[in-house]
Amino acid sequence: MTTLSTLTPSGQALSGPRKPHVQKRDWTGWKFIAPFMVVFTLVLIAPVLYSIYLSFFKEQLVGGNSFVGFANYGQALTDPQFWESMGRVTLFFVVQVPIMLGIALFAALAIDSARLHLSSFFRIAIFLPYAVPAVVATLMWGFMYGTKFGLVGNLNDFFHLAIPDPLGSSWVLASIGNIVTWEFIGYNMILFYAALRVIPTDLYEAASLDGAGAFRIIRSIKMPALRPAIVIGGIFSVIGSFQLFNEPSILQSLAPNTISTYFSPNMYAYNLSFAGQQYNYSATIAIIVGLFTAVIAYIVQNSGSRKEV
Amino acid sequence: MSTTDQARVNVPASQARAPRMSRYTRTNKSNQGLHTKKSILLTIIMGALVLYSLLPLFWLFVNSTKTQAELLNSFGLWFSGPNALWDNIVATVTYNDGVFVRWFGNTLMYVVVGAGGATFLAALGGYGLAKFNFPGKKAVFAVVLGAVAIPGTALAVPTFLMFSQMGLTNTPWAVILPSLISPFGLYLIWTYALDAVPTEVLEAARMDGAGEFRTFFTISLKLLAPGLVTVLLFTLVATWNNYFLPLIMLSEPTWYPLTVGLKQWSNQAQTVGGDVIYNLVITGSMLTIIPIVVAFLFLQRYWQSGLAAGSVKA
Repeated sequence: MTTLSTLTPSGQALSGPRKPHVQKRDWTGWKFIAPFMVVFTLVLIAPVLYSIYLSFFKEQLVGGNSFVGFANYGQALTDPQFWESMGRVTLFFVVQVPIMLGIALFAALAIDSARLHLSSFFRIAIFLPYAVPAVVATLMWGFMYGTKFGLVGNLNDFFHLAIPDPLGSSWVLASIGNIVTWEFIGYNMILFYAALRVIPTDLYEAASLDGAGAFRIIRSIKMPALRPAIVIGGIFSVIGSFQLFNEPSILQSLAPNTISTYFSPNMYAYNLSFAGQQYNYSATIAIIVGLFTAVIAYIVQNSGSRKEV
Repeated sequence: MSTTDQARVNVPASQARAPRMSRYTRTNKSNQGLHTKKSILLTIIMGALVLYSLLPLFWLFVNSTKTQAELLNSFGLWFSGPNALWDNIVATVTYNDGVFVRWFGNTLMYVVVGAGGATFLAALGGYGLAKFNFPGKKAVFAVVLGAVAIPGTALAVPTFLMFSQMGLTNTPWAVILPSLISPFGLYLIWTYALDAVPTEVLEAARMDGAGEFRTFFTISLKLLAPGLVTVLLFTLVATWNNYFLPLIMLSEPTWYPLTVGLKQWSNQAQTVGGDVIYNLVITGSMLTIIPIVVAFLFLQRYWQSGLAAGSVKA
């Protein structure tokens, strides 16, 4: 990446003021960062500490709130419902994320290739679903999935098809994957496209003088330049998968029999708190999921940068 | 936009220009584009992707023109029966003493205060990180970047418990306060400010005796404009579409944003004996996405500049 940064005009024109202004050590910077840090402490650091605190206690019928050490963690690690939900989002992440990122990558390369008619229309149209709230997206797709009155029902009637119920137990995860894919292809595409746009044109000129074709340019110039963006998109998608909540929770009222209260870890934590009043256990689940996500995000990041030349 | 803003600043144009304004970066009609011929096949494949992206929105529009009865008895992807769009809109905004309008106002407030505040805090903080050395700066980096890895929604339950002890739940603050923090926005402004605000300009301002905040508000903010718009759009979409946080924080419909309200209507339609108002859910959904889609289309061209700055250094 250093090569790219130094090629950008600012690095060249300003000849080196990349490092922050050097002056006597003073606290002026704090005046700027302090407001952010105050709110940050209140809404991020404090809840983390609070949930760690909660996870070591247990509300008991006799004796009230008492310290139980790692008992909640022990319970979670042997909780079949928790592991079922973790397994489900892992499957989701393994299947949905590569499909979504693959399509987004293809679209970004296609738009950047200058071989498309109306490329800016394509860019905006594919990006548009990102602006649609998850609630609306899920309600729309949920209606369309309907086998009785929805679009799937229409198609079955019209063509005498037998499309299985998208919200039935064998298809519901794929149907949720479709909604999430629909929402986030455009976002990832823009992430990749922005990375492609900063590749200096000289590189393409040099490559075509050397007789490199479009696919060779993609492999040797574009893909290496895209790697950081792919890593970022990957990390966001990992976090998103393990946080899966909105889509299944909204679809639940349409498919109460196939979407359980522990469909995803996040739904499990939510239902433990708000339906079961098991706040301490819920906080424990949240912490375990958070640690799990952080570890996987770290692995994704490392596997991405390791390959960097 | 940035050109006129920068013209007002007393620095050589070569230094003031934003990273994107460069002969190294391509515009649409690049020389890459002039040599390549258009591909029909690629256009068709991408056309299919566009169809996939726009089809649900078309479905939503078509069905917002139908009556409740037609909704259940006609083909989903084409118009049917009398055009009930206007009736549906009127029914949506007047249902239950106009609660939809109330939710719309709430959403607007959460967006203006939440997204506006988040962008402002990120701008101040990112600029501070980019342009000043101060004790504890490394710790700030570590903590903020570490926090990005923590899944936000996993924190929602503890945040709810904490807020309820502070008496903040069921007030707008419970929704606004967490929206004020955008670590991604902070990161973006930080990387953007490194290049977009030349240190020489700040030194010149200091020589003239301007205070740091005055310099920030009169000079730096303008130079940061493309980055700010990018952050504003991300936070705008995030707050307009926020569902999980208000869902757990608010128990009374008075403070609901549109997203939570629509979900409540949809639930009501599925409850036995509940008032079946699918047409209102659909029309309400359409009314919910119109403002954000308009804002999005209007501002989307500014996105890339800011995003590009972020992705180069990622």
